[in-house]
Amino acid sequence: MTNPTYTPAEMMICAAASYLEDHALVVVGTGAPCAAAMLAQKTTAPHLMLMFEAGGVGPLLPRMPISVGDSRTFYRGLLATSMADIMETCQRGLVDYTFLGGAQIDPFGNLNSTQIGHDYQQPKVRLPGSGGANDLGSLCWRILVITPHDRRRFVPQLDFITTPGYLDGPGAREAAGLPADGGPYKVITDLGVLGFHSETKRMQVESLHPGVDLSEIEARTGFELTFQQPLQETPLPTAEQLKILREQVDPHRYIIGRSA
Amino acid sequence: MTVEAQNKLQAEESLLSDQVNGLPDGDGPLFSAPDCEAARAVFRRKSKSLTDKVTSVPEAVRQFVHDGDYLASGGFGGDRIATALLHEIVRQKRQNLGFAGHTATHDFQILCAGNDTGRGQLLKQVDIAYVVGLEARGLSPHARRIVESGQLQLCEWTNYTLALRFQAAAMGIPFLPVRTMGGTDTLRYSAAKSIACPFTDQPMVVVPALWPDVAVIHVHEADRFGNCRIRGTSVSDWHLARCAKRLIISCERLIETDQIRQDPTATAIPYYCVDAVCEVPMGSYPGNMPYEYYSDEQHLQEWLTVEKDPAQHLAFLENHLFAVDDFNGYLEVSGGANRQQQLRQLENFPEDEAPPPA
Repeated sequence: MTNPTYTPAEMMICAAASYLEDHALVVVGTGAPCAAAMLAQKTTAPHLMLMFEAGGVGPLLPRMPISVGDSRTFYRGLLATSMADIMETCQRGLVDYTFLGGAQIDPFGNLNSTQIGHDYQQPKVRLPGSGGANDLGSLCWRILVITPHDRRRFVPQLDFITTPGYLDGPGAREAAGLPADGGPYKVITDLGVLGFHSETKRMQVESLHPGVDLSEIEARTGFELTFQQPLQETPLPTAEQLKILREQVDPHRYIIGRSA
Repeated sequence: MTVEAQNKLQAEESLLSDQVNGLPDGDGPLFSAPDCEAARAVFRRKSKSLTDKVTSVPEAVRQFVHDGDYLASGGFGGDRIATALLHEIVRQKRQNLGFAGHTATHDFQILCAGNDTGRGQLLKQVDIAYVVGLEARGLSPHARRIVESGQLQLCEWTNYTLALRFQAAAMGIPFLPVRTMGGTDTLRYSAAKSIACPFTDQPMVVVPALWPDVAVIHVHEADRFGNCRIRGTSVSDWHLARCAKRLIISCERLIETDQIRQDPTATAIPYYCVDAVCEVPMGSYPGNMPYEYYSDEQHLQEWLTVEKDPAQHLAFLENHLFAVDDFNGYLEVSGGANRQQQLRQLENFPEDEAPPPA
């Protein structure tokens, strides 16, 4: 099988799974991040340890949870604890990765999941707010973002900074009282994988998915992108990854059936 | 130390304090002052006797939830929530409540049924960590209408900082420091403040203690005095139970105190925190109850769908909440014993989950 067909969601999940190394500790949510973590566990990272923000640790996930607090997040788990305990484990510096998303992301990887529009009392759209996102984005070492790629999401300036990325540049997180050396790590979209320049802390394209060209990712981003040299091509999902994803991780196609 | 050296030190301290003061404090409204002396006075008056607190859901709400109260709801939005008590608060038309929106999903959706449905205004002030969404299930159209209309006073937080506000209150102290929120609009629209750490001078966000007037928490088992057991994650309920000035417990089942005494390690909430105990089997429905029953996703989807049309939403509320006699009536119109059996199977044998209806 040299050219397997796959959905954009499958591409993103397979790419995300490759960043989770074995024996790491990761706080995951529902949806694509959970699918990526489950896929990593069944392929390259069998000892990857999952935590959920409401208190579940180390479940043998029988199925995808619907809520980050539902009983599947500690099904045959190692620990069922409190949310504060999970957040404090992150604050102590034990947690390697977390996954976040949002309605908007800016060049420094700051995220908006609070509102569209600038009037706080009467926004155009009220979104849920931080939930645990600001906490996890502040406290975990490396933040992964899985998101569809379009101009409405990739904006030069957020309507509301819910969760810190690199704020307004190098040193800003530390100056604001956040733990040192944390921050966004990779942004995985349906077009490519983006990282952050080590000095400017601005987003840059590291790889394009097969069949995506430079002009397309530029056209679908609302700010100027830079490209890492040499620019890579994201590896295709393997037949094994797709088989496990479809048969074991998400057999009802809740996540992988989505267009992006 | 010379006068000159003292002056220099003072100037440096003042500069440092300016720099720290240059860090933004939140401008959001503080709905309840972090007054630990006032809270101590309330807890001093609380009954500490081992008395029978078993009561009905309507009576518990009549007695312990008042207009203008600040309310908090245990569990995790759609997991181990005190649905029967929340329905009753809406049914009894409580007005002008404050609310801790700490991963408030279906619980917030229920309380929003008391706003803009011809029953006055149930919610007035909301501390927001997470509202209007039901996680992966989508946004609640009605909750969005209420929050976007400008009729509520709002203040932003995060799940951890709101939990930490309960923790500070449970500890009996006015604030706690945290290393989140810095540099964001979440901080700007909160009522948190920034200080310099007195030991390291690092900038630090501090959040004020929050003592809710009343909290509702659903647990697995309780005795008649209010000693409670929770299985699975406790979310923030260990602290919430200890900081609420009044606490109503609903439980899947009542157990004998002798069972509590056989395994006191399992007690999550002690009786002296509790004001009323209501036995409500299936009390977290349509939410998940760990080791008991899974969430009813079809029912939650139906609720979200009818909310798109205010008239359909009103008819749905009438049918499910207002025209029924009690929580058992709600369970009956929501699929009754057959549906409950399916949800129990789904909880205990999750690998047998059937594919969603096409």
